[in-house]
Amino acid sequence: MFFASISLGSVTIPLKDVVASLTGGQATKSTWEYIIINYRLPKAITAVLVGTGLSMSGLLMQTLFRNPLAGPYVLGLSSGASLGVAFVILGAGFLPSFLSVIALSSYGIVLASTLGSTLVLFLVLVVSQRLRDTMAILIVGLMFGSFTTAIVSVLTYFSTAEQLQKFTFWSMGNLGNLSWTTIVILTFCVGIGLLLSAKSIKPLNALLLGENYAKSMGLNFKQARLVIIFATSILSGAITAFAGPIAFVGLAVPHIAKLTFQTSNHTILFWSTLFFGSIIMLFCDIVSQMPGFDVTLPINAVTSIIGAPVVIWLLVRKRNFK
Amino acid sequence: MKNILSTSSLNIGYKSKKGVTTIAENLNLNLEAGKLITLIGANGIGKSTLLRTITGIQKPLSGNVYLNERNISDYQPLELAQNLSLVLTEKLPPSNLSVFELVALGRQPYTNWVDKLSDEDVVKVQEALSLTQIEHLASKKHFQISDGQLQKVLIARALAQDTPLIILDEPTTHLDLLHKVSLFKLLKKLTQETQKCILFSTHDIDLAIQLSDEMIMMTPENIVQDQPCNLISNGSFSNLFKDEHIIFDAEKGKFIVT
Repeated sequence: MFFASISLGSVTIPLKDVVASLTGGQATKSTWEYIIINYRLPKAITAVLVGTGLSMSGLLMQTLFRNPLAGPYVLGLSSGASLGVAFVILGAGFLPSFLSVIALSSYGIVLASTLGSTLVLFLVLVVSQRLRDTMAILIVGLMFGSFTTAIVSVLTYFSTAEQLQKFTFWSMGNLGNLSWTTIVILTFCVGIGLLLSAKSIKPLNALLLGENYAKSMGLNFKQARLVIIFATSILSGAITAFAGPIAFVGLAVPHIAKLTFQTSNHTILFWSTLFFGSIIMLFCDIVSQMPGFDVTLPINAVTSIIGAPVVIWLLVRKRNFK
Repeated sequence: MKNILSTSSLNIGYKSKKGVTTIAENLNLNLEAGKLITLIGANGIGKSTLLRTITGIQKPLSGNVYLNERNISDYQPLELAQNLSLVLTEKLPPSNLSVFELVALGRQPYTNWVDKLSDEDVVKVQEALSLTQIEHLASKKHFQISDGQLQKVLIARALAQDTPLIILDEPTTHLDLLHKVSLFKLLKKLTQETQKCILFSTHDIDLAIQLSDEMIMMTPENIVQDQPCNLISNGSFSNLFKDEHIIFDAEKGKFIVT
């Protein structure tokens, strides 16, 4: 799938040139080599990082909140990131011109998005210290989502068509356009998130019986919850910052893993979520840039088109929706 | 008999901003190995508070709880999990756990960081399944079995945790008479065969009188711990419910509605 994603795209490149470019050899045309190394390879790596990271944060949240509908959106982290970006893109007009140039650069957007999701992370942590009920945290996350949507629509009302277009593009998600430097940063963030998730396998298994049983089996619940929330935040925060808010992957992939293996054991779910997360994201990426078409579809639209029916199908087969 | 859990001048209740609500004072209870002990009392009398306090979930107002001669507040969560297991009333969250996996979760205090079951863990799980006679359910999902069976599965999970003391919160609720009796007998059998101490709260007083080794009875005035026959002969049961329509018949050993 990884290889297919690199091989397929709007420019048709023969297989042997793809292999040649990847292995450091000489491709027939130097533009082909350039496309492979600087466009398609980073994009495929980003797809894998985004797919695994979002899916893993979905898995963590579904178990932590005992709610099969939980996903990276539910904690409001993606909303927080969107709010940050909305402020920068749509509010740039209010800033002095030299500041707005800095703000509108890709670094400005990444920074704003990270700040937004970190802010929500802290809010969630404060709330989770005060409210012992995990359901309440879920509701707070949802409320924060509606709150940011409202703020964004207010900002939209005051912004120009050009600003609006820019924000819309960001919110449609984008796996390309990432330089090798940003990929290294993203890899680092996703790596930390996945390591913390691996560390949480045992607590997550305990939490399958609920908080009180988990505690009675020797789990330090507060600490485990903190690690899980932090892992979730760093995964979805970093990914949203670099690739935009990508919908449904975080929600649907853990269910696909659970349905395929018919298990709740997180050791199996951990690996299968990583597997399906990357496969599905790469598949969505291939769909978004179908060979033979000049246009590249926004990745968020593709994940939604594939993800939404999966979720509906899961809901209809409710018996298995566990 | 070996004392597993004991309390010394224990006061239980809640502390809040408005002040201190005391539920019971000066409790000196002893839970011994190999005994089936039931906790009875009217609704709202504080059975849950007592259970929460002696399991270390809630702090006592004063006094101490000793588990294996050591103050329960000195235990690390993991150590406590190796000495005390619980069966709770709360509903399980939705999951795909099979009966075997659910029972195997009882081995968590002993497994490594990725929760891998060792050969010894598997043996303990099998033992727990066979003691509760649910081997035939092992591969079923936990949501496919009846309430009575699920209760046995949860008890098997506590057994797999391999602790000298098991505390159950109202395990017989929602069960019909047949399953209540079989559960009581199962718990009785477990205390005899494994020399564990089992404490559980229940509203099935008639059954508790017939099958438990000792009873802890909570009334607004006091908490007494004794053998059922002694509680009958000293007339304690007539204080259990403050209602003129419920009388305890000491000869038949049961409550009668007038």
